[in-house]
Amino acid sequence: MERKPPPFPDSEEQEAHSEKAEEESGDDDDDDDDDGGEDIFTGNDLFSEEGSYPGVQEPSVDNQHASNGLRSDDDEQDLFAEARVELSLDRSSTKGIREVTRSSPSAPDISYKSSTSKMSFEKPEEEESNDKFELNIAVTHPEKVGDGMNAYMVYKVSTQTTLPMFKSRAFSVRRRFSDFLGLFEKLSEKHAQNGYIVPLPPEKSVVGMTKVKVGKEDTSSTEFVEKRRAALERYLHRVVSHQNLLQDPDVREFLEKDELPRAVSTQTLSGAGFLKMINKASDAVNKMTIKMNESDNWFEEKLQEVENEEQQLRKLHAVVDALVNHRKDLCGNTAVFAKSMAMLGNSEDNTALSRALSQLAEVEDKMEQLHQEQASNDFFIFAELLADYVRLLGGVRNCFDQRIKTWQRWQDAQSTLQKKREVEAKLLWANKPDKLQQAKDEITEWEAKVTQYERDFERICATVRKEVLRFEKEKSNDFKVHIIKYLESLLVSQQRLIKYWEAFLPEAKAIS
Amino acid sequence: MIIFVCVVFQLRSVSVDLNNDVSLLIDIPDALCERDKVKFTVHTKTTLSVFQKPEFSVPRQHEDFIWLHDTLVETEEYAGLIIPPAPPKPDFESPREKMHKLGEGEATMTKEEYTKMKQELEAEYLAVFKKTVQVHEVFLQRLSSHPVLSKDRNFQIFLEYDQDLSVRRKNAKEMFGGFFKNMVKSADEVLISGVKEVDDFFEQEKTFLLDYSTKIKDSTTKAERMTRAHKNVADDYIHVAAILNSISAEENTALKNFTFLQKVEGRVASDQELKLTELLRYYTRDIQAAKDLLYRRARALADYENSNKALDKARLKSKDVAQAEDNQRQCMQKFEKLSESGKKELTSFKGRRVVAFRKNLVEMAELEIKHAKNSVSLLQGCIETLKNC
Repeated sequence: MERKPPPFPDSEEQEAHSEKAEEESGDDDDDDDDDGGEDIFTGNDLFSEEGSYPGVQEPSVDNQHASNGLRSDDDEQDLFAEARVELSLDRSSTKGIREVTRSSPSAPDISYKSSTSKMSFEKPEEEESNDKFELNIAVTHPEKVGDGMNAYMVYKVSTQTTLPMFKSRAFSVRRRFSDFLGLFEKLSEKHAQNGYIVPLPPEKSVVGMTKVKVGKEDTSSTEFVEKRRAALERYLHRVVSHQNLLQDPDVREFLEKDELPRAVSTQTLSGAGFLKMINKASDAVNKMTIKMNESDNWFEEKLQEVENEEQQLRKLHAVVDALVNHRKDLCGNTAVFAKSMAMLGNSEDNTALSRALSQLAEVEDKMEQLHQEQASNDFFIFAELLADYVRLLGGVRNCFDQRIKTWQRWQDAQSTLQKKREVEAKLLWANKPDKLQQAKDEITEWEAKVTQYERDFERICATVRKEVLRFEKEKSNDFKVHIIKYLESLLVSQQRLIKYWEAFLPEAKAIS
Repeated sequence: MIIFVCVVFQLRSVSVDLNNDVSLLIDIPDALCERDKVKFTVHTKTTLSVFQKPEFSVPRQHEDFIWLHDTLVETEEYAGLIIPPAPPKPDFESPREKMHKLGEGEATMTKEEYTKMKQELEAEYLAVFKKTVQVHEVFLQRLSSHPVLSKDRNFQIFLEYDQDLSVRRKNAKEMFGGFFKNMVKSADEVLISGVKEVDDFFEQEKTFLLDYSTKIKDSTTKAERMTRAHKNVADDYIHVAAILNSISAEENTALKNFTFLQKVEGRVASDQELKLTELLRYYTRDIQAAKDLLYRRARALADYENSNKALDKARLKSKDVAQAEDNQRQCMQKFEKLSESGKKELTSFKGRRVVAFRKNLVEMAELEIKHAKNSVSLLQGCIETLKNC
């Protein structure tokens, strides 16, 4: 699925890079060293001597990855053809130098900026960190489209921004749930394997949606829609707050483009499905993990931390869920009690007491309101936050797994190289000059691969480290913000409670 | 297996001020509970000469209270009085069940969580305990403050007899066989409403009591459910706090306040229980006692009417007239006595009820405000700390 990215001032090279990214994402191969975004790794490569950047297919596909054969063929290469590798390399070799100089002031993110467009946007952010661009997204107005089992909900996604990469400052589009899932699928295909933590969207829910489709206009289906709307909004916030994901043209398109092609493969793939995949994959990887000798304990410790935290959050979520239900219980019981008290007040023959009892019934009615609102806050502020993070932590685990897969690939390449060397040695001995050349060629090929994969591994290590730190900071902040909000809701609730009882007190005292 | 043994403690009567008359002051200063049995220490201070000593204490069990109540009810002389309702049997079922569940779930909880839950349960046990002591105490104090009932011989024996009452209890059961109580209780409603009422006062009272009785029973049940739900919410806070504490360090200090929040919430739930639910429970029983009075009077009225009819018949037949006249006179006297004392009792009952409601509602409102203010300052502290860290 090729998509031309929006035009930029220095557009040519970007297009080349982007195209490469697009096409690579179509590749089935698991070991795709995919670039995501605008070919961000070319900048990186320029710090190495070779400058070779195969990263696309397995040795089986005959693309000349070694740096030797590169320069000669490129110029006539079609921008959109497969041999994009060399193309981009060539371009970037001229452009890259510029990039290097430009990006050097901004030390930490150095390896991940390549396209000029990004520079023009991000440089201000880094060098003058106060000069932030604005981007506000809201998901609103859920609307039901269609009828019966083919019906679906459409949400309005409105964006307000000062970022130059968008066509205008304020715009909105209509999106359905499968569009969100489609976005996630694209992003995770491109970025997950590089060690980025791709935010997960809310889960599919057959039960919830069926109720909505069937047209049940009760509280549970309105609650469901609201829960989903809020979750989709949070999802988008997380996506755009991630530097690299924001640059992805798919994200831009999702926010801007009027009509999106229907995401068909999302039927089976959703946040939950992805998690299942992660869990299966990590089980498989865990069997390999034993062999990886960590030169750096950081990763092992972090992974352990992440797993523990995920467990704790799951537990906490279950408890908060129970709290929500109990509060709803309390709400119902209070309402029933209030009615009973009103009846009792009517029956009471002492006038003052009768009035006081009726007042009490009213206070209890108000309490029911309070409990209802509090239960809603319990859920939306607290429980949903926890649910989000349980999912996100699953995504973090995936990062670690990707790193191990990358390491594994490097190791495999090394052993293959070793085998090739052995073959060469044997051939030397057997003195078969014709096969020898082939053997030598293969060795060169594999040497390049080994170097590449090693670099990939180092890169993914750095990415994972950075991502985890970023994630932790974001999580800590998120939790803090939400817990404060939750406590404030409790506070408001208590203050209103005081008002109600203070109003009641004189009534009670007036009984005689 | 957790066995709860509760020990000595001080208790102050929470309900209406009954212990006013210096000539006879009764209280239950402490109680002991082992497994199923609760042993109350009934303490009496008196200036009356009918007692052997000016101050004394005896141990009593719940069954002794029931015995006392039943003997009073069975006493014909007191038919025109509202006999204070018997205290309900001490019910530790709920906390015991919870304790059991806690013991089973111990493995899945953190040590801290377990300790907190255990503390909460102990508080609950204590609350049930306090309630049952209170309710037994109030029973005795109602008797001691009643002009007629306080002079009852069995009451005095109950207070003074320093031996085990269980022998007496058995004898009493054999003697009376609880015949009054065995009468079909449900018949009383029919009887009360069926009998033609001659007196306006009683007519009104009848209507009021029958209606009020149903309503208050209903309110009690609903209040019980509400307080139970409230307790559940409070308990959930314990679990939340426990897990939060083990998660993150920075938010940790501020969130220790979450445990306090739980304590406050728990306090609110139990105060609501004491002031509101207990109040309703007690008066449901008291209303029943008042209805019993009406029932007895209605029976007396029925007897009176029957004796009139019998007298007429006897006069017609000119047979056993004197006997019939005697009978009729007795019935009439009984009925009039019941009506007179009944009126007094019911009027004072009204007053008592209104006073009790007022006291408890005021106290409940004040406690709710106090706890809410406490919560507010805790929450504000929490939020401040979080914002600054």
